[in-house]
Amino acid sequence: MTGQRTVAIVLLAAALVAPWFAYPVFLMTALCFALFACAFNLLLGYVGLMSFGHAMFFGIAGYFYGHVVKAWNMPPELGLLAGVVGAAILGVATGALAIRRQGIYFAMITLAFAQMIYFFCVQAPFTGGEDGLQGIARKPLLGGLIPTKDDRVLYYVVLAIFLFGYGAIYRFIHSPFGQVLKAIRDNEQRAVSLGYEADRYKLLAFVLSAALAGLAGATKAMVLQFATLTDVSAAMSGEVVLMALVGGLGTIIGPVVGAFIIITMQNYLASFGEFVLVIQGTIFVVIVMAFRKGLVGELADWWKSRRLTG
Amino acid sequence: MFELLGIPPQALFGQLLLGLINGAFYAMLSLGLAVIFGMLNVINFTHGAQYMLGAFAAWLMLTELNIPFWAALVLSPLAVALFGILLEKVMLKRIYHLDHLYGFLLTFGLALIIEGLFQWRWGSSGAPYPSPIPGGTNLGFMFLPTYRGFVVVAALVICLVTWYGIERTKFGAYLRAATENPTLVRAFGINVPRLITLTYGLGVGLAALAGVLAAPIQQVSALMGTNLVLVVFAVVVIGGMGSIMGSIVTGFGLGLVEGLTKVFYPPASNTVIFVVMAIVLLVKPAGLFGQTK
Amino acid sequence: MVETLLKVDSLQAWYGESHILHGVGFEIGRGELVTLLGRNGAGKTTTLKSVMGIVEKRSGSVRFEDRETVGHPSDEIARLGIAYCPEERGIFSSLNVEENLLLPPVVKPGGMSLDEIYRLFPNLLERRRSQGTKLSGGEQQMLAIGRILRTGAGLLLLDEPTEGLAPVIVQRIGEIIRQLKSRGFTILLVEQNFHFAATVADRHYVMEDGRVVDMIASADVQHNIGKLQAYLGV
Repeated sequence: MTGQRTVAIVLLAAALVAPWFAYPVFLMTALCFALFACAFNLLLGYVGLMSFGHAMFFGIAGYFYGHVVKAWNMPPELGLLAGVVGAAILGVATGALAIRRQGIYFAMITLAFAQMIYFFCVQAPFTGGEDGLQGIARKPLLGGLIPTKDDRVLYYVVLAIFLFGYGAIYRFIHSPFGQVLKAIRDNEQRAVSLGYEADRYKLLAFVLSAALAGLAGATKAMVLQFATLTDVSAAMSGEVVLMALVGGLGTIIGPVVGAFIIITMQNYLASFGEFVLVIQGTIFVVIVMAFRKGLVGELADWWKSRRLTG
Repeated sequence: MFELLGIPPQALFGQLLLGLINGAFYAMLSLGLAVIFGMLNVINFTHGAQYMLGAFAAWLMLTELNIPFWAALVLSPLAVALFGILLEKVMLKRIYHLDHLYGFLLTFGLALIIEGLFQWRWGSSGAPYPSPIPGGTNLGFMFLPTYRGFVVVAALVICLVTWYGIERTKFGAYLRAATENPTLVRAFGINVPRLITLTYGLGVGLAALAGVLAAPIQQVSALMGTNLVLVVFAVVVIGGMGSIMGSIVTGFGLGLVEGLTKVFYPPASNTVIFVVMAIVLLVKPAGLFGQTK
Repeated sequence: MVETLLKVDSLQAWYGESHILHGVGFEIGRGELVTLLGRNGAGKTTTLKSVMGIVEKRSGSVRFEDRETVGHPSDEIARLGIAYCPEERGIFSSLNVEENLLLPPVVKPGGMSLDEIYRLFPNLLERRRSQGTKLSGGEQQMLAIGRILRTGAGLLLLDEPTEGLAPVIVQRIGEIIRQLKSRGFTILLVEQNFHFAATVADRHYVMEDGRVVDMIASADVQHNIGKLQAYLGV
């Protein structure tokens, strides 16, 4: 559909020139959360599983990145890899157990595991406890070729990482694996009767989602140069749900939009303190009651109905 | 006196009492959650906030209206239950036909709003609430604060009364039947929507009652519910939401397990319940007392 | 002329997108026992459910004691004096036998007492503390019929009460239904087992593809046996 193509090209162009119009650090943070939200949405929108503990992958990857780069003095590429692999391993461990239940139980189990990881991070020595890991230096990438200290340069690196992650999701959804997952989501019993081991597919999607969330978390640690308890908290898990909801669960671009909206909102409302929670809660309520498809979903619906009647 | 594995009796029994108290609250809260889930098919994330509202209402009644604890024990749950009924009629009722997850998200959003408002207005540090039965008795192997003993007994009574109400009364029969087959129950002439609203009110009232009981023990703060409800979710997964008695036993039991862990291996005390949850999921995914639906 | 208790006219019903009933019409007089016959999928159960008000969507007219019930929720309809015994029996597993019996509330005076019901179904008295679903198929059917007798409802909707039961039990149920009729209950019966239906009914309505296509009085059954067999595909 040329409509989608045009939108994609426009967005890409906008992304390329963005650092001249907005603060690069803000853009990078938004891109990290956008990737995080996309990873979350992969699980919810395409497998039908709502993880309410996704922050554990995001946060732990950040800690791994920080530890590898700061304490072990390794290059950032290894830090990112450590983050992704760490998150993936955690994904296998928690996913194997969580997949045993569905729907609401799945959500509660992921929430509980995330709490467990949170408490672990509070106590574990390598995370720095309440203070977290601070002052993770920006080291150059590709053996010195890419000077990451320059925010604008780093922006393009982060954009590349984001596009890589987004592309991975896109390929996955449109691959045979993705089709099977869709079949499982729509009618699991039927898929099983056709010979597909539903649990294996679901676990694969879960681990992929965890790994990408880890990529987002590690990248965020690289950009903002710290990793703290907030990154593994239940609040963070709730935020990514909010981002995906606001943007629209059934769409690929929705979570990206949602992430940008929420990050922007947080920037502007930082002075309001705890009231931000009230606003976030209100957005949750309003969306569930009235705009279930999220911004992109509702816009897409409205656009479709316009074209039908126009 | 004697020492058990190098732990002095005061420490052991002191932690066991604490564990029993925590367990009492786990039981009361998971009971409310189970009752609400059974009838409404909604995981009431707002449960923690409603527990907090119960405590806050009691605190406000005391500080603003000079209403003592014993009256607050009745008035606070009533007030919070009414608020819950309002929530059900205005919002929850409209999303029953949707996927369960929307109920989870809605109640999560409501919890954020309620806790956010209270945090914004009163900050996150807690306010103390005076103990209605100060003092205690020295039992030799430990010192038992009277109010804490009362809380354990009260919680047991509340849980057993709830169990009796659901398993042995006519109203409970309506509840159980409507949980199984609401359409048929309605076709017999029972106003099932009203029953559902009432059930939500009862579950919320139970949470608020727990909150009032908790006020003299912990600081009354805007965040007292969130920390608790996350653990209660794990309790609920472990127990399975199949039976009332199951929720009660699991709640008290896990509280004791937590207390014992604090004595013998303190670093794990925060996470032991989650570890138990992981084990139960491996061995009996439907929960200890659950039935796979 | 017997007073009309239930009058159904142009009744249509849908489950989601499926249009099941395309304009059903029939009447039942007070004290009559009328059956809905037809093949599987003809819409007999849906008709019963529509009268009770538990289909997703219905239109048309269902008048009970000359009061329009379309548009009203099922609990209101029940309270007018209609009781439903579903095909799947709907015995509650979380209730024991006696709790199942006592569950439907009394909506009108004149219903049978618990003792009278136990006299009609003595084996329910024996098993009163057992969990409802631990009973045999036949006992569960008797429980499903028994519990609606206490309510005072005058019109009973029975959906395939003999399905899957042994001949001896089917006979017993036939006796019970005849007793109920002689006590003054009005009954709308859905049955696949035509022989059973013929032993108890005053009139038979035949349904096909969501419509009533014929009505045969009990006295005329022998005369029309060929036509009936064609309708039912036997």
